[in-house]
Amino acid sequence: MFSIDILLNAIVTGILLGSVYASLALGLAITFGILHIPNIAHPTLVVAGAFFVYTLAQWGLDPIVAAVIGLVPFYVLGLALYLFYSRVFERRGGANVLQSLTLFFGLSLVVEILLVLSFGSELKSVNVSYIGSSLKFGALTVPYRLLIPALLGPVMIAAVWLYLSRTNSGTAIRAVAHEERALSIAGLDPAAVKRHAFGIATATAVVAGAALIMIGPVEPFGGRFQIGRVFAIVVLAGMGSIPGNLVIAIVIGVAEALVASYLNPSWSPGVAFAILLLGLAFRPQGLFGAAR
Amino acid sequence: MKTRRQFHKLAAATAASLVAPAILGNRVFAQDKPIRIGASVSLTGPLASTKNGLIGYELWRDDVNAAGGLLGRKVELVTYDDQSSAANVPAIYSKLVDVDACDVLFSPYGANLSAPVMPFIKQRDLFMVGMFGLAGNDVAKHDKFFHSGPWGPNSGRDWARGFFDLAKAQGVKKIAIINADLEFSKNAAKGGAEVAKEYGMEIVFNQSYPPNTSDFSAMIRNINAGDPDAIFIASYPADSTAIIRGVKEIGISDKVKLFGGAMIGPQYGALLSSLGPELNGLVNSHTFVPEPTMQTPAIKGFFDRYTPIAVKQGVDPLGYYIPPFYYVAGQIAAAAITGSKSVDPKKMAAFLHANAVDTIAGKIAFNEIGDWKERRVLMVQLRGIKGNDLEQFRSPGRQVILDPPSLKTGDLAAPYNKARAS
Repeated sequence: MFSIDILLNAIVTGILLGSVYASLALGLAITFGILHIPNIAHPTLVVAGAFFVYTLAQWGLDPIVAAVIGLVPFYVLGLALYLFYSRVFERRGGANVLQSLTLFFGLSLVVEILLVLSFGSELKSVNVSYIGSSLKFGALTVPYRLLIPALLGPVMIAAVWLYLSRTNSGTAIRAVAHEERALSIAGLDPAAVKRHAFGIATATAVVAGAALIMIGPVEPFGGRFQIGRVFAIVVLAGMGSIPGNLVIAIVIGVAEALVASYLNPSWSPGVAFAILLLGLAFRPQGLFGAAR
Repeated sequence: MKTRRQFHKLAAATAASLVAPAILGNRVFAQDKPIRIGASVSLTGPLASTKNGLIGYELWRDDVNAAGGLLGRKVELVTYDDQSSAANVPAIYSKLVDVDACDVLFSPYGANLSAPVMPFIKQRDLFMVGMFGLAGNDVAKHDKFFHSGPWGPNSGRDWARGFFDLAKAQGVKKIAIINADLEFSKNAAKGGAEVAKEYGMEIVFNQSYPPNTSDFSAMIRNINAGDPDAIFIASYPADSTAIIRGVKEIGISDKVKLFGGAMIGPQYGALLSSLGPELNGLVNSHTFVPEPTMQTPAIKGFFDRYTPIAVKQGVDPLGYYIPPFYYVAGQIAAAAITGSKSVDPKKMAAFLHANAVDTIAGKIAFNEIGDWKERRVLMVQLRGIKGNDLEQFRSPGRQVILDPPSLKTGDLAAPYNKARAS
C-alpha cells in the first residue's frame, strides 16, 4: 500500500528516530571511536541517565532541565569510571580489548542491579504536557514525543563537535587517541585528557537518557537492546567521526522506518547490521573515518 | 551345624539392630521434615516485574504454616532467581529436585521460561503447578501438571476469545492484528487470527514487530489504511505504552469499535498510573479486577495483606494480575497434598483430576492436561480514568468486566474514539 503520505511520514519519523539514536551513540563515539575503549556499558549508563531524569521529573522538573542538571554528576561519574579503568588496566599495561569488554560488561550488570535496587523493576516514564500531542503539517504528523528528544541529538552533537574541533582541550582529546606519547612530550597528561573525555562521554548519557524516557518508559535492563545499534552507528560512521555519527544514525533510522512501513517491522533490527556490512564492504574504515 | 545356625541368628540380629534404628529413624525424620516447594522466580532481568508473585507464595506459605502445615508438616519454600533467562531454568530445576529434594514444583513465570523445564518434569514424572505459561502443557501433555492461571482449555487459540466474542457482537467485519515478536504475543496473535477467521472476519492487517519498538506511527498509519472495525494487539509493557501514545498522536478511524485485547502492561500499577486517562476505552485482558462480581472476602483479605508488603518492597502496589495466582498455586498444591494425604505425584495428580479446588480466585476444576476446565480470562474496558492517581484503580467501575458473561459488570462502550474521549 504505497502512498506519498506514508512515505513522507516514514522518512520524517526515521530522521527523528535517527537523531535519537545519534544521542545514544555519541558517548560511545567518544569512548570507543576516539579513545578506543569498548565501553559496552554506555547504553546502560544512558538508562541510568533516564532514571536520573525520572527522579528529578517527579519533583516537577522538565526532562530537558533535569538532563542539564545531570551533566555535572554524570561527568564526575565518568571521571571516576575512567580512573577505575585506568588503575585496573592501563597502568598495568593490560588494557586489551577483551579485558576491557569484560570490565564494562560487568559494570553494566552492576549498574542494572543498582537501578533495580533503587527504583524497582517496573517501567518508569515521565509525563510532560507535550507528550501525546503532535505537530501537523498537512499530511505530515510529527509527535512531540519524538520531535523534542530528536532535537537534543543534533544540538548535543554540534556542541561536542565544536568543543573537540575548536578548543585546545578538544584537540588534545583527539590527539590522545593518535599519539599518546607525543602528547606527553607536549607537556600534557594523557591520562587526564582521557579522563576528561570519558567524563564528557558519560555526561552525554544523561541527555540521551532524557531523550529515551521522553519517547517511552524505561526499565533497568533496557540498555541491552541498544548495544548492537549504537556500535553499528559508531563503527559505520568511522571511528571518531562525530558528525558522521549523526548522518549514519539518521540513515539507519530512515531505513528502519521505511522497512517498517513497506516491508515488515520485524526486519528492522537487522537493518542497522545490513547497512553496517554493506558500508564496511566498501569502506572498511567507516563512511566518514579517515584511512589509517 | 548348631554353631552355624547360632552364628546366622546372631548375625541377623546384629544386622537388624544396626539397620532398624536407621530405617525407623528415617521414617520419623521424613514425617517431621518440612514439605519443600521449589520454584524459580525472575527476581532480576526483563521479567523482574513479575517478582511480586513471590509475595503470593510467601503469604500462602505463612498461612499454611500458621494453620499447622500440611499433613502435620511445615511447608518450606525453596526459590532461586532465574534472572529471566530460560538458559538458567534446567539447572535450577535439577537442583530443586536432586539436591534440595523438593516435593512439589512451581514452574517459572510464563511460557518462555517454562518450556525448558517441561521435558524434565515429564521424564521424571514430577508434580508441577504452572505459573502463567500460556498453552504450557499443550505439547508435553504431562498428566501431573496443573495451571494456576485462568487461561482455560485450548489456551493457545482460545484464551483471548472473549475479545472476538465482543467484536462479533458488535458486528465487526474487518480486523487488524499486531503483535510483538515474542512467544506469548505470537501465540496470542496466531490464536486470535484463527478465531477471527472462525467468526468470518476479514484480517485486513496482520503484522509483528520486534521487542522494544518505540515508534508505532508507521504501523498505525498502515492499520488506518486497512480501515478495520477492530484492532487486536498482543504487546508487552513498553510497546503497549508506545502504541497507546501513538494512537493519541496519529489518530485512529472512528470506525474502530474495539481496541486492545492482549496488551501486557495495562494490568500493572506502573503503567496504569503513567498512562492514566490515555487508557480510557481500551478493551484488554486481565486476570482479576476489583469489580463487585469478583470481590470475595478471601481475595480482599489477600490484597489487604499484599499491598503493604508490596509498597515496602517497591513492587506493584495493586498486584491484580499475578500475585493472587501465585497464592492460588499454593492452594492447588495444598489441596493435592491434603486431598491425597500424600506427596506422591501420582496420588496428588489423581486427586486434582477428580476434584475441584477452592481458591481465593474461585473454584477450579482441571482437565486432563491441567488446564482450567473453564476459561476465566477477563476482558475489561478501562473507563472514567481521571488523572494519574493509582488509587482510583482500586475502585469498581474503572475496569469494567465485559467478558465472561458470568462476571460481567457492564456493556462495551463503543466506538473506541468515543470511549477514549469520555
